Amino acid sequence: MIKPLILAAADASQEKLLSMGGVDMFIVAIYFAVVILIGVYLKKFATTGDEFFMAGRKMTAWIAGLSFISANLSSLETMGWSAMAYQYGMLGAHAYLIGAIPAILFLAVVMMPFYYICRTHSVPGYLKLRYGEGSRALAGISFAFMTVLVSGASMFAMAKILHLLLGWNMNVSIWVASLTVAVYVTLGGLISAVFNEVLQFFLIWFGSLLIPILGLIHAGGWSGMMESIRNNVKVIHPTVSGADFTSLWRNLGSFDSNPMGIDWFGMVFGLGLAVSFGYWCTDFLQVQRVIVAKNLRSAQNGTVIGAVLKMCVPLIVTIPGLLGLAVLTHADGSPMVLVPESDPRAGITHQTFNDVLPLLMGKYLGPGLLGLGITAMIAGFMSGMAGNVSAFATVWTYDVYRPLLVKNASDRHYLGMGRACSILGVLLSIGTAYMLFFFSNILEFLQVLVFFFIVPLFGVVIVGMLWKRATKAGGFWGFLTAILVSISMWVYVHWFPEGFRPQPALVLQTVRSTDQPEVPVVVSKIDKKKIEGREKIDSVVVESGVVKATNVPIPSDAVAQDPTAAGTLVVQKEVALPSVIDLKSGKGVDVRVLAPSVVYAGSRETAKFGDDGVTVVLKPGVKVQSSDVTKHFVPAEFNPAHTKYVARSEKAKPMAVNMYSAFWTFVVSVVVAVGVSLFTTPKPDEELKNLVMGLTPLPDEGPCSWYERPLLWAALVGAVLVTINILFW
Amino acid sequence: MQSEHQVPIWFFIGALLLIYGVVIFGVGVWHLVSPPPPEARVALYHLHADIWWGVLMTLVGAMYCVKFRPDGSQP
Repeated sequence: MIKPLILAAADASQEKLLSMGGVDMFIVAIYFAVVILIGVYLKKFATTGDEFFMAGRKMTAWIAGLSFISANLSSLETMGWSAMAYQYGMLGAHAYLIGAIPAILFLAVVMMPFYYICRTHSVPGYLKLRYGEGSRALAGISFAFMTVLVSGASMFAMAKILHLLLGWNMNVSIWVASLTVAVYVTLGGLISAVFNEVLQFFLIWFGSLLIPILGLIHAGGWSGMMESIRNNVKVIHPTVSGADFTSLWRNLGSFDSNPMGIDWFGMVFGLGLAVSFGYWCTDFLQVQRVIVAKNLRSAQNGTVIGAVLKMCVPLIVTIPGLLGLAVLTHADGSPMVLVPESDPRAGITHQTFNDVLPLLMGKYLGPGLLGLGITAMIAGFMSGMAGNVSAFATVWTYDVYRPLLVKNASDRHYLGMGRACSILGVLLSIGTAYMLFFFSNILEFLQVLVFFFIVPLFGVVIVGMLWKRATKAGGFWGFLTAILVSISMWVYVHWFPEGFRPQPALVLQTVRSTDQPEVPVVVSKIDKKKIEGREKIDSVVVESGVVKATNVPIPSDAVAQDPTAAGTLVVQKEVALPSVIDLKSGKGVDVRVLAPSVVYAGSRETAKFGDDGVTVVLKPGVKVQSSDVTKHFVPAEFNPAHTKYVARSEKAKPMAVNMYSAFWTFVVSVVVAVGVSLFTTPKPDEELKNLVMGLTPLPDEGPCSWYERPLLWAALVGAVLVTINILFW
Repeated sequence: MQSEHQVPIWFFIGALLLIYGVVIFGVGVWHLVSPPPPEARVALYHLHADIWWGVLMTLVGAMYCVKFRPDGSQP
């Protein structure tokens, strides 16, 4: 599913949230020892290409289902969607309901027979059989590229989160976790990855389930939690305090009636159709887990089991997010306010939405249990990387290396290539992780990568499976056009023809360098006032130090060039910088003041704060590094003048824009695939046998008990899904 | 996936849960005997979640270890 961005503006000065003891470290160490032992043990069971890449196609339905859902249940998922539930309330649960279950059931009932019967090694492999080499190469290369990027991002996220939560060194986290993954995936291939995914599933549940249990006891049960939420959101989310945080559908009538800024059409057709079906039905990382089952019935039942398990995930993800609104309080009983990463107080005076799960862990889990929770988190990151690396090795070897580079080598040769690719995949992931140290905004690009490749892929795969008239040219051009349209749409909504000026900001922070003594920012006065129930910084007087100013006009008659530092100004006479800057449009925009570390004049005590609309007074001698920034392409910002054409409304928030973009991408892929096919020559029927509906006889797998029938269970799961949606309407 | 010569994955899971269960149960009992100072206690400390969660993990782990022990008793 979409991985919410959870790292954006984490501040290096943030104090660690959790503290681990010896017993917690022991529990983490045991996990590392066990996974390496499993990898070493499984090496002897991965001696052929089929065993290494496809786990010998021997998986039972239960292992397939657990692995299918575990591959998706990463720590970014649990932490990110808990934050979503804190931010959006019950709407966050849609990712596990309409945003997953219909697609998983569709995969089980409709698509699995084609994947399974054609004996493909991968989704790009199916494209080769159905549409030819061009589509396969495009899908194979884009998928290989995507897996490495996602895997590296996962490693970087893990290192950063462990650093922020526990104070661990990021280099050590990246290398220890990556090398452990390299050992067990290189030795055991997909079997090892699947073993660890199933192991991770149990760890995540045992490590996380206590939080909702204890939280609900603490909140006075479900009704107590709901009542607390209704009371607390007025303080926690004052801008949307009128919205209903406790229902799934009631508040989706329009874009501005819910905290997510989306309407029912975007939720159903964007999330429920395009994103969900694209991810669950054609992301090879997911599909690989079930197409390697021992027979078709196991593959289908495994997928249905995955759907059941997916519906249970809100228990350990959505409920903790809701509990964050209900039980996280200060010592005086007032609700603790978490803020988005973009808030000036984030990481300075306030924790962020993304901290909701770690905060609950620290609140309820004592020694031992905390170690288990941290182990589950690390396991989630590592198994996510292992899944990506094993999928990368398979797709690269079977869909790029074998068809394009070395065509007729021995099975042993391809097995060697698979092992080498596993190491290469880990090294590329580490490289990506280090790249993110310097270009952390790339994480914003990774979030939408799934829309660029997976949604177009689903469009052409489903046309090919259901319509025998679809042609090789239709598939290729449908896929390529939709990718290009998707990327163009993304650029369009982030494009500002008139130029985008970041919010005016002043940063008050100690300047540190290796060869110079520290230069702290010294303040003599911080005035506060109370607005809408919260204490707000009104003005600050800076006595000395260096202030970084972005898009804040500095009166030229009050400053002079610093002769010792180019580009730096020195304040000559006291000047009060405005708290609001007037734009050409006539609107005013608050000046943001970020002070992660300042020193009080006199007492020399340190302080930190961040707020908008603050008047800053600079005394003579203060240095100012001033810059004026205007950008045309800003991935972190959406241009409302453009989003109204993509998402039908200027009020659409980022989530809605992403959902609508995915929907249009899907429409384009289908329309182009169908349109081009109508003007080109289709393959004869005999070449489409086992690939297209109507030309694929289902194999007779013998009689089975009623409880082994996939269709029955799929219908039951569908009924439960409808019931849940009605109950929480 | 589970060839006849391969130790079932469920055994590995059982072993890990068993180890973790015993450790967490042990920590819980230790805290019962020698309680930490009030300021170091987690919320709902009085429920002693580590004891009953440790027992649950131990039981589940032991059950998996016995049921899926690698002695050929399982298919």
